[in-house]
Amino acid sequence: MSSRPGLPGSSAEDRPFTRAMRADGRPATLDDYVAAGGYEGLRRAVAELKPPEVTSLVTESGLRGRGGAGYSTGRKWSTMPLGPDAPRPKYIVCNADEMEPGSFKDRFLMERNPHLLLEGMLLAGFATEADEGYVFLRAQYDASYAALQGAIGEARERGYLGEDILGSGFSFDIELHTSIGRYICGEASAMLNALESQRPNPRARPPHMTGAGLFSRPTVVNNVESYMAVPAIVRHGVDWWKGLSITDEGGTKIFGVAGRVANPGCFELPMGVPMRELIEVHAGGMLPGYALRAVSPGGASTSLVGAHEIDVPLGFATMGEVHSRLGTGTLVILDDQTCPVGMTLNMMQFFAQESCGWCTPCREGLQWMAALLEDIEYGRGRPGDLEVLAEGTWFMESDKCFCDLAPGATQPLESALRLFPEEFARHIADGGCPYRRHSSDAPAAEAPAAEAPVLEGTT
Amino acid sequence: MSFSDEEIRQLDAIIGHYPDRRAAAATAMRVVQARRRWLSDDALADLGEYLGVTVAELDGIATFGNMVFRKPVGRHIVLVCDSFACWSLGYAELRAAVEAELGVGMGQTTEDGRFTLLPIVCLGACDRGPAMMVDDHLHGPVAPDQVAEILGGYS
Repeated sequence: MSSRPGLPGSSAEDRPFTRAMRADGRPATLDDYVAAGGYEGLRRAVAELKPPEVTSLVTESGLRGRGGAGYSTGRKWSTMPLGPDAPRPKYIVCNADEMEPGSFKDRFLMERNPHLLLEGMLLAGFATEADEGYVFLRAQYDASYAALQGAIGEARERGYLGEDILGSGFSFDIELHTSIGRYICGEASAMLNALESQRPNPRARPPHMTGAGLFSRPTVVNNVESYMAVPAIVRHGVDWWKGLSITDEGGTKIFGVAGRVANPGCFELPMGVPMRELIEVHAGGMLPGYALRAVSPGGASTSLVGAHEIDVPLGFATMGEVHSRLGTGTLVILDDQTCPVGMTLNMMQFFAQESCGWCTPCREGLQWMAALLEDIEYGRGRPGDLEVLAEGTWFMESDKCFCDLAPGATQPLESALRLFPEEFARHIADGGCPYRRHSSDAPAAEAPAAEAPVLEGTT
Repeated sequence: MSFSDEEIRQLDAIIGHYPDRRAAAATAMRVVQARRRWLSDDALADLGEYLGVTVAELDGIATFGNMVFRKPVGRHIVLVCDSFACWSLGYAELRAAVEAELGVGMGQTTEDGRFTLLPIVCLGACDRGPAMMVDDHLHGPVAPDQVAEILGGYS
């Protein structure tokens, strides 16, 4: 993977997420990080700022959650109770359970720049007067675990983490927690249950997590990239951060491109970079012989964007104009030789499998949608199926479900039905998938399962 | 109680990372599994006793998570990413090559106990698809004709 300069003539300072990364791909050490201005944000905060002033900077910067939901980070922090009467301990939790299909930026960030996450969590801890941080890592991120474990050791040794940090009187420590698996653990309140070793169903809200979160104590939960944005905001200020972006949303962001492009990978670019520039310039454009047909812009729960819409600037507000969301900002390209029905089926099978089973529309509805799509893909589709699918997207809207899993699942489905009506109709009329390349999926997916049930707890 | 001194030492160390013993249960299962590869009923019962948690509660967590194994598995775990990015980049061909090389299907263990093959959702390596993991090593992109060499590296 590689990072690219944001704009012609931009300096390393204008790339706060990747600036400290090493060319050899190994995790940036504490020395690498400090040489690139690391921990200057923390030094400034403990020396010059009061906790609420740090939160104000983050609020004024316009920083919004980079894990997909896009909620104001500073506003979230501002609801944490402060002062001597606040319940203790208070917690800072990092959502590093990157698991939504099509999301691949947090791995890159943690493996290459682990101290940036520690500094971001430290600043969150300082701003909310918290005591303890947990990084909730997905099970397969062994390299991220190793990078963070190394960074935590270095930071403790050099006084950036632990008791009386940099002689300021502020104390804060960070523990790593590895998940035992499951997409739903990435839902913030389910994550807190998982951290407590409870069954990880999402929790009812209210109470909000900043009131009663982990172990019923005030808790902030943010994504990896959200925390990582904070050190540069505190160090360089709000005006600088706002000046980095093309749109008025501020900052740079880690974008990604996957699919049949010349140069897939992660790229630090200004917020608001046009999707077309990301694909055609930074990712090198489509491979010869392939054309772009649609884009999943930020994880499987974001609506597909059609080829005619890719001039859209990648930002929170602008993505709404093409009926989608920024999500995680990591694009997966649907090319012209891949079946949109098959891809939608794959996504729906994921969501159906990962439903925690707690609420009915999600538990039952997603299975139905996946089964209908499977029928259509494998030649058993019937007239009327598309109407049932369209009804299903209404049936699983957010006001009918306990959490955002099923509503998220409806977004690729709704958009695929809207963008590719003729493909769905053709599958039904012609009795199956016309894209021969993926026809080998069908027997392979069914035969072994019939002989030997999959291990308990593995699907 | 069947835990070795080393297991007790490791369990006590991780319990210290959580405010109470119960909250350490998920990590404790990982610790025991890391040494024994899977969690038998006896291991779960011992863990329940050590942490003060019922076996039913532990099994509720264990069977919810896809990375806790309640049946024996091979020495190496092979995970083939089946999410839509890898799917569009050749998952079917990669999976077929892995199944042919190992002679088993998803959810099965090779007769020599060397490998267990499991499905996995997105490995967060979409830009390296089609991707697979063997134990804690990520491989990608993997062409079908590279599978034999990759798996040959694990004894």
